Amino acid sequence: MKAKFALSLLFLLLPWLLKALGSYAALGSYILVWGLAAMGLNLLMGYAGQVSFGHAAFLGLGAYGAGLTLKHLAPSTPLALLLGTLLAALAALLLGPLVVRLKGIYFATFTIVFSQLFYFLAFQWNEVTGGDDGLRGFARQDLHLLGLKVDLTASEAYYYFVLAVFLLLAYLLWRAVDSPLGRAFLALRENPLRARFLGLRVERYLLGAFVLSGAAVGAAGALLAMLINFAQPSMLHWSTSGELVMMAFLGGRYRFFGPLLGAALFRVMEELLSSVTEEWMLFLGTLFILAVLFFPGGLADFLRRWAWNRR
Amino acid sequence: MDLFLLQLLNGLVSGAFYALLALGLALILSLTRIINLAHGGFLVVGAYLGYVLAGLLGFYPALLLAPFLLALLGVLLEALLLRPLYARDPLESLLLTFGLALVLEEAVRALFGPVGVPFRIPEGLSAPLFPGTAFFFLTRYRAFVLGMAALAGLLVFLLLRFTALGLYLRAGAQDREILSALGTDVRRLYTLAFALGVYLAGLAGVLAAGQLGLSPTMGTGLLMPSFVALILGGVGSLGGSYLGGLLVGMASGLAGQFVAQASEFAPYVILALVLLLRPRGLFGQEGFFE
Repeated sequence: MKAKFALSLLFLLLPWLLKALGSYAALGSYILVWGLAAMGLNLLMGYAGQVSFGHAAFLGLGAYGAGLTLKHLAPSTPLALLLGTLLAALAALLLGPLVVRLKGIYFATFTIVFSQLFYFLAFQWNEVTGGDDGLRGFARQDLHLLGLKVDLTASEAYYYFVLAVFLLLAYLLWRAVDSPLGRAFLALRENPLRARFLGLRVERYLLGAFVLSGAAVGAAGALLAMLINFAQPSMLHWSTSGELVMMAFLGGRYRFFGPLLGAALFRVMEELLSSVTEEWMLFLGTLFILAVLFFPGGLADFLRRWAWNRR
Repeated sequence: MDLFLLQLLNGLVSGAFYALLALGLALILSLTRIINLAHGGFLVVGAYLGYVLAGLLGFYPALLLAPFLLALLGVLLEALLLRPLYARDPLESLLLTFGLALVLEEAVRALFGPVGVPFRIPEGLSAPLFPGTAFFFLTRYRAFVLGMAALAGLLVFLLLRFTALGLYLRAGAQDREILSALGTDVRRLYTLAFALGVYLAGLAGVLAAGQLGLSPTMGTGLLMPSFVALILGGVGSLGGSYLGGLLVGMASGLAGQFVAQASEFAPYVILALVLLLRPRGLFGQEGFFE
């Protein structure tokens, strides 16, 4: 109970704590946004047991969807979030039937290759996406709640919007995981053949996990675009997909909030290392290799065992 | 017509790089059941090794030596990092090769800087092959790349088809449990296949450096079409992956003749068609994707 209280306080005061530590408020939003994306991916990776190296495509679709909405359609932050999410979900729904027939390393390879298609689309379709320069010329808008105007321009204000969306989506993800649907995902992970014999339609459940996780990552992408008021092709690059996989794995894919922990670890280490060296990825890559070899359960698992041993 | 031939040839040269990479990927996959995401990283390291060695010894010794040194590095990394994972979920090996890809590429960036460096090829290779004719666009270097790719493909074929070692490798690809039960140390075969695959990546790296120039990101650009080639050729078929590379290259080249951007998209259109019409690829074994 004490721990939960401390954790809630931490997230409520995160922007101010970060500033007090000499960092900046937006880092809190970054952690939540990437955490949400990694948790979305983890629905597929940790629960349904299929690793996608292509989820950056959904992150990018969410980002471009939100940006284009704000730029051309309507100046509304919630609408941009909604349409970005829907665009990513739609792409997952179209792509899903092609890839869910594959399993394991073949699933991973196909998702990489297909996501690069979206990367090239963002890169080449200058008239719509702004090409290599990225999409500019939009900004997150004030929120109108029950006649009340909430100014989201400040990083701190936007952080609380991100926190609210994060909590809502994390709750929805938790409901999905903590349900017969979630048990079916686990069955797919543990023994797909047996799941099939039990009458589960493996491909259909996998498609469900794929679309839900794509949508969650798309929402994170929309939040990210409005955080920096910018969308760029590198959001869709397969190395970004790899970052999501690394976050989920480093944090612990067998725990619901593990990927959030991984995202926090990843972004904080990036902040600390990139002030020292250009090649901070070298260190995170090495850390990731060591984690795969020695801590396949990630940080969450490690902390849990440590707490258990201290008891 | 000349333009058509030019694009076809351009495509074929890129296809030669894809073919070498896809063949290496297929060799590694057929024995270790790992899709080596670090293959592009190995290619980059091989290319820069070639760059350093070419500065010291000249182009041809570098072309011979760099892939060999890279293969030694591959053996070391395989023994150190991948071997402990063979008994575990294959997905963990895949994740490890992704981490390795990052580390290799970033190490090159740290050592040589993020900007590309020029790679000089010998004077004799930069001239046209048939000067004064309509085929002026066929430089000797392109012909050399095609010849080297053909030679490498032929040597791998001969090795697999006509040597005792090749017999073991093919047996391991077919059923490694049985081979292991018959008393063969399959782990040594894994290492050998990995070394051979990485060697081919190094060869492609040095050759590609002469054609496309050097940059730390050159690996990714070449790796994606190679994945498509691997799948198009059919997982489990070495010859198929090689042919797939050439086909993907030519299709990209030809598509680029009509719309410049289409050459980037051609591999993905091929991939979608393969998945819809023939999921096992051109020469794939039954049961991989079905």
